[in-house]
Amino acid sequence: MLNLIGLLAQTESESLVPEAPAYREGSYWFPEAASTFAKDVDPLFMLIFWVSLVFFAGIVGFMIYFVIKYRDRPGHKVEKSASHNTALEIAWSVLPGFLLIWFFVDGATGFFNMRVTPGNAEQIQVIARQFNWEFHYPNGDATTELHLVRNRPVEFVMESRDVLHSFFVPAFRQKQDVVPGRYTYTWVKPTKEGVFRLYCTEYCGDSHSLMKTNVTVHNTQEERDQATFYPWEDETPIKNGQRLFNMKCSGCHNNTDVKKTGPGLGGIWGKTETLADGSTVEVNDNYFRESILNPGAKLVAGYANQMPSFQGKLNDDQIFWLRAYIKSLTPDAKIEDELNLPASEAREKVGEADGEKPAAE
Amino acid sequence: MSATPQAQKLFGHAEENNYLKCSSGIKSWLFTLDHKRIGIMYLIGVTVALFLAGIFALILRSELFTGDENFLTEAQYNQMFTLHGAIMVFAFIIPSIPAALGNFVLPMMLGAKDVAFPRLNLASFYLWMFGTAFLLTAMLTNGLDTGWTFYTPYSITTTTAVIYATMGAFILGFSSIFTGLNFLVTVNTMRPKSMGWFKLPLFIWSLYATSIIQILATPVLGITLLLLIAERVMHIGIFDPAYGGDPVLFQHFFWFYSHPAVYIMILPAMGVISELISVYSHKKIFGYSFIAFSSVAIALLGFLVWGHHMFTSGQSQLVTLVFSAITFSVAIPSAVKVFNWLATLYKGSIKLVTPMCYALSFIFLFGIGGLTGLFLGTLSTDIHLHDTYFVVAHFHFVMVGGTLTALLGGLYHWWPKMFGRMYNDFLGRVGCFLVFVGFNLTFFPQFVMGSRGMPRRYARYDPEFEIFHQASTIGAFILGIGILLAFGVLVHAVFFGRKIGGNPFGAASLEWQSSSPPSFHNFDHKIHMNAPYDFGAMVYDEEMDTYIQRDFVTPESPEVPAAEPTKA
Ligand code: HEC
Ligand SMILES: [Cu+2]
Ligand SMILES: [Cu+2]
Repeated sequence: MLNLIGLLAQTESESLVPEAPAYREGSYWFPEAASTFAKDVDPLFMLIFWVSLVFFAGIVGFMIYFVIKYRDRPGHKVEKSASHNTALEIAWSVLPGFLLIWFFVDGATGFFNMRVTPGNAEQIQVIARQFNWEFHYPNGDATTELHLVRNRPVEFVMESRDVLHSFFVPAFRQKQDVVPGRYTYTWVKPTKEGVFRLYCTEYCGDSHSLMKTNVTVHNTQEERDQATFYPWEDETPIKNGQRLFNMKCSGCHNNTDVKKTGPGLGGIWGKTETLADGSTVEVNDNYFRESILNPGAKLVAGYANQMPSFQGKLNDDQIFWLRAYIKSLTPDAKIEDELNLPASEAREKVGEADGEKPAAE
Repeated sequence: MSATPQAQKLFGHAEENNYLKCSSGIKSWLFTLDHKRIGIMYLIGVTVALFLAGIFALILRSELFTGDENFLTEAQYNQMFTLHGAIMVFAFIIPSIPAALGNFVLPMMLGAKDVAFPRLNLASFYLWMFGTAFLLTAMLTNGLDTGWTFYTPYSITTTTAVIYATMGAFILGFSSIFTGLNFLVTVNTMRPKSMGWFKLPLFIWSLYATSIIQILATPVLGITLLLLIAERVMHIGIFDPAYGGDPVLFQHFFWFYSHPAVYIMILPAMGVISELISVYSHKKIFGYSFIAFSSVAIALLGFLVWGHHMFTSGQSQLVTLVFSAITFSVAIPSAVKVFNWLATLYKGSIKLVTPMCYALSFIFLFGIGGLTGLFLGTLSTDIHLHDTYFVVAHFHFVMVGGTLTALLGGLYHWWPKMFGRMYNDFLGRVGCFLVFVGFNLTFFPQFVMGSRGMPRRYARYDPEFEIFHQASTIGAFILGIGILLAFGVLVHAVFFGRKIGGNPFGAASLEWQSSSPPSFHNFDHKIHMNAPYDFGAMVYDEEMDTYIQRDFVTPESPEVPAAEPTKA
């Protein structure tokens, strides 16, 4: 699992590779239910389903019965029957109407639950852009994956920096378009701990289908803070790097070699990268640092200049940890022993050892 | 059996000067003003469009066989679904039944010689050709990746051929308006005096309702597309938030046309089904006036529900509520039609020939398509289902399961009239069966993955959806084979089919009073007026191998029970 809880529980020997959240079936028609809206949506869906099924079975049943009974065969003749029957016709026009009113009222009630935010909700700002999400928390933290606290209602204040997007979490049954030039709002109250998928469901261009990320619902505020907040001095640089990666980078990069908005970062260390201008560069400490602080300087061939600069947003320690983690994703890259020491000690030693300590800003 | 000599002439085999043979050479087709030839040319055109867009669909489905990249990049995938959608909607479904079948059948059902404005009719066809060519070349040369919906602001910022493609759609819109206008005037002015509104075949009612929509709604699409071009070129600031515009306004404009357009697609299909069910049950359609009025009700209500495409767009909640309520009201006239068709089967004499198989298949598929609309009209469930594969499945059930099925059924029904030859009924039914099975296998799994959260327009997807996508892809190929077979059987019939008489199915509407294929002037003799669903007035004449009107049979004929009453 990609979330912090999973990470905390990991022992040294466990793999650092985060997995995509497992899909957990809720029922035949639905994914697992993880917010209060499931009870506005699922039972009504099933009600409409069964009513429809009864009507459908009736229609098809009568159809088949009539076709068999009145099939054209020697000796069979059209029997006399009325060519209209006003009472019957009015009945079958009006009676289903009552069912429809029921659906409408029930649906509208659920809809207002889904659209009217309770007053005590915390606010998370959502910024959507081609092709990733950014979430800003009340305490100033920001992540590319969404972290929520169980049973705490949260309102999303959403803006788009380019085209239309749509915020959709199937497990929450909630969806709202994100529109450039105005704010749109939506809210949820997550009820279940775990990791869920978040999709963009409004077509937004080339990598629309990669514009997805994870939502982690934590049990407590503290756990959420640990996932979104920094620093964590007694962990190893690799683990800190992984946490940072999941917060800041995984919206655009995979930790395997599969591309997303940006190239996959698994296995790139030491590799020779072809740039957009045709030149090549080796992926090493300095290139990595430059990629983060000034991403436009050397564009990887085949990608647009979409990576934001992290200048002023990540400090040297953090870049160092990211470096440790990305390096660990290349199986044959030489990993300094110190990277397995607590973070507070590691950087000094690695820097001294190979004289590559990055210049302070 | 003895038919009067007059009947021999009325219903017999075609004379050599039928509309197909009365003149020859490519020019005699390209410059023809004959509604029948224009109908045939339209038919060829829309079939080509169907096959092209169908191939794009198979390419999409193959790419989606697994969740990772197979052979299309994301950008190519996006262009492919745009091509598929735009060609299917603008070049195939909208013109299919009205312009191809309607053109051929509508004037003849009225006993008329042609439509009111034959030149406008030809112009409409050329606009269709021109618009389709424009759309296709734009998309194939520069690509288009906006989806057929052209949503702003993406359509303003993308570098693909938005302007040319919208011009193509704009031109196609005019083609559609011309057809609609022509049909309205034809129905109003060219009916025989004795044919009142309630003596029109129901196919005419549905085409009439469709024409009203085409004329009232299509101009809004035209204006919207022009505004979009203006926005791209001059940045007038109407849709683009960067210049103070409102992207959601585009959605309102777009769906103000495109929702009614859904009824441009389905109403004529319902009209065809009303004819087929009645003819092949050999029984007067049940509840004629309810069916007729339901077409008009659907057409009018259809103008008031466009906002149901925008429940998650950020439009006001009150507006959303109103749109949901009106959307439910459209369900009623659609349901009425289905009930009436069923009641028509009751106590009939049902012939399970190919057109009837398509009609029954229509009731099944349209039933699912219509009922799943309830989930989308209901607000809370729509929030979850909007823009997922559930929606994709829903509208394919209505548009392919509905319109395409009805088109095929209609083609099989009127084919002998068009070409004077009978198709192979067994293979026809096999085709229908393949279409039915393939269709369900393609689209039913999409409901399930949709409600489980699979978003639409995704080039790559998560592993839990793979099984559904694979079933869907296999189904799509079966569907493709079925459609190929269906058209193959028809084409085969044109050249090798058994020659048949004017009215092989015992239908009572006027077009069957012509010879098969009809002569250039449609009817060589004065039309014998009878009610469109009065099948009692038709008797089979063995010698001529066709149905003729009872009045033309000499009374002493032993086979005809004299006492059977004929109701008008
Ligand atoms: C908004 C999306 C986005 C985010 C967030 C993002 N990147 Fe990138 N990144 C890209 C894109 C696109 C490229 C390729 C173009 C380029 O070279 O700038 C890229 C390129 C890179 C490269 C060069 C890869 C190579 O194959 O040479 C590295 C290294 C990198 N990013 C690291 C990071 C790290 C570390 C983070 C998190 C702190 C991060 N990126 C966050 C989009 C993003
Ligand atoms: Cu998107
Ligand atoms: Cu609609």
